[in-house]
Amino acid sequence: MRSSASKLSLCLLMTPFVLWIVLLVLLPHLQMLRVSFHVRESWDTVTLGLEQYQNFFSESYYWRTFVRTGVMSLFTTFLTLVIAFPIAWYIARLARGRAKGFLFLACLIPFWASELVRTYGWMILLRESGLFSTWLQALGLADGPVEMLYNDAAVIIGLVYNGLLFMVVPLVTTLDGMDKNLVEAGYDLGGNHWTVLREIIVPWAMPGVVSGCIVVFMLTLGSYLTPILMGGKDSAWFTEQIFTQFITRFNWEQGAALGVLLLVLSSVIVWLGLRVTGQNLRKVMG
Amino acid sequence: MASDLFCTDLVRRFGDHTAVDRVSLDVPAGTFFSILGPSGCGKTTLLRLLAGFDRPDSGEIQIRGARMNDVPPNKRPVNMVFQHLALFPTMSVGDNIGYGLRRKKVPAAERTRKIARVLEQVGLPGLEDRNPQQLSGGQRQRVALARCLVLEPTLLLLDEPLGALDLKLREQMKVELKHLQKAFGTTFVYITHDQSEAMVMSDQVAVMRQGRFDQVAAPETLYRDPATPFVAGFVGDNNRLSGDVISVDGDLARLRLQSGEEVTGRIAGEGIAAGRRADLFIRPESLVMNGAVPDGYSRMQATVTTTLFDGANSRIEAGVADQTIFARLPQDGSVSNLSPDSAIQLGWDPQRATVFAGERV
Repeated sequence: MRSSASKLSLCLLMTPFVLWIVLLVLLPHLQMLRVSFHVRESWDTVTLGLEQYQNFFSESYYWRTFVRTGVMSLFTTFLTLVIAFPIAWYIARLARGRAKGFLFLACLIPFWASELVRTYGWMILLRESGLFSTWLQALGLADGPVEMLYNDAAVIIGLVYNGLLFMVVPLVTTLDGMDKNLVEAGYDLGGNHWTVLREIIVPWAMPGVVSGCIVVFMLTLGSYLTPILMGGKDSAWFTEQIFTQFITRFNWEQGAALGVLLLVLSSVIVWLGLRVTGQNLRKVMG
Repeated sequence: MASDLFCTDLVRRFGDHTAVDRVSLDVPAGTFFSILGPSGCGKTTLLRLLAGFDRPDSGEIQIRGARMNDVPPNKRPVNMVFQHLALFPTMSVGDNIGYGLRRKKVPAAERTRKIARVLEQVGLPGLEDRNPQQLSGGQRQRVALARCLVLEPTLLLLDEPLGALDLKLREQMKVELKHLQKAFGTTFVYITHDQSEAMVMSDQVAVMRQGRFDQVAAPETLYRDPATPFVAGFVGDNNRLSGDVISVDGDLARLRLQSGEEVTGRIAGEGIAAGRRADLFIRPESLVMNGAVPDGYSRMQATVTTTLFDGANSRIEAGVADQTIFARLPQDGSVSNLSPDSAIQLGWDPQRATVFAGERV
């Protein structure tokens, strides 16, 4: 009686989760995988084949963008980590009481606006007639208007800004739980700032570092608005190509293949990252 | 004897609060020095000044004659065993001990040898590859000690490291720490609020209160000859009887208690004169009972409240007017049948009791 009641409650609790996983995650991806192997022979006949994947490798524009997106996402993740670490250290270890809550809130506030609005905010600052350009001219550092938008640096600035919160939160959480005596012991036994950081603080913060990096990397790799709006003609992002295939070209087969490839890329890089740092997913997300 | 640690007039203030107030100390090489005081007396602040985590507002710290005020903690010949040990959880036992050696650029082969040797010295041979979390409380304690001692510091600071252990292990580690200190010959500066730890282990004990040292002496001197009423009350068990001084005779003072009883004790502090309030301190084991009181002893009538049996440490609780007094029961069983509410005569050698001027009422 008791066990059947608990079984029922377990089922009820699990149902939304299972529905979510199956309907919104598993089924669409399986469908996409299937479509990616379709080869359209005429308007109503379809056979299975690898043509979409062959297209990807033979068309250099596809795989170049693919590699570029991967490398830039990795670089963005690394840059976000480097910027977020001191911020997280300050919030977790140095700020006290109300200042701590306030700083945390300050990190959160930009996310009350949509990604679109945040990106336009950067565009206002960076464009030719924007604030930075005007200031540089007023200070006499530039002769004419300076265009800072539409290049890779602008894209990375936008992406780092979007990822920052997702790096700061896990870092603050792990650093918060660190005994301050560990750092003091590190100095007491003869360590300098660099060795204490490398041997004591970073190993301690590793679960937070890895979980932050995974989240930021996935967000960056899959981001669409920021690279489109802030990137130039040459700074193509892979998600843009998927969009083009699905929506503009109406080539669902090719779009699906590119989508599968992007999923494989992010999974492989995350797996490699976990292997290299010696962490496992359960510990990192636990 | 050369001193390893020499401090003059150390002061550290936090806002209006003076945590360390003109403290001077001199610790001879190779000795075990304890700083004993209740929580909040400034002993941890003092230790952090010595380790270099904090800087004194004034005063000077010298270690083996070298001024240390402006030397950062990683450059001082001082290591610290933290209250919660602060073993690095991401490193094995061997790496914890090797951390300091790596900072000193000791070659790998020599490092391995030194780690093995120090682990043997603290009684944990062959545990290099264990994770600190896998060890018991006592073993972790030893790893923390080994991590410092392997660096051969001039001075080892210990911040109540036994506090987290259970009673039995604490008793055991007390003796072991003393032996380890003798074996290594390193100067230990140990802070604690537990007077028994300080008494058992130390060559010298400084009793600290409100940022200042009340008395610095060997444990036995502190016990037999306290310099202040605080020391008399804080170190060991003591009975305190308040009264008015009625006469002073040489080094002895006679007090009248509230109950009208008159008692005698040795003057140990300033400001004792007829008519002043004073406190007399007498230890439970210095009290003799009933028929056993010899001539020349100070005597007093009391009423037994209860008997507290605790083996060799058995005591009776008795009342004198509204004050409570504890007396140790003699081990030969000569005093028995003390039923509650029975009258008892207590006596003591006046030289064994100490009299201090009482706080102004």
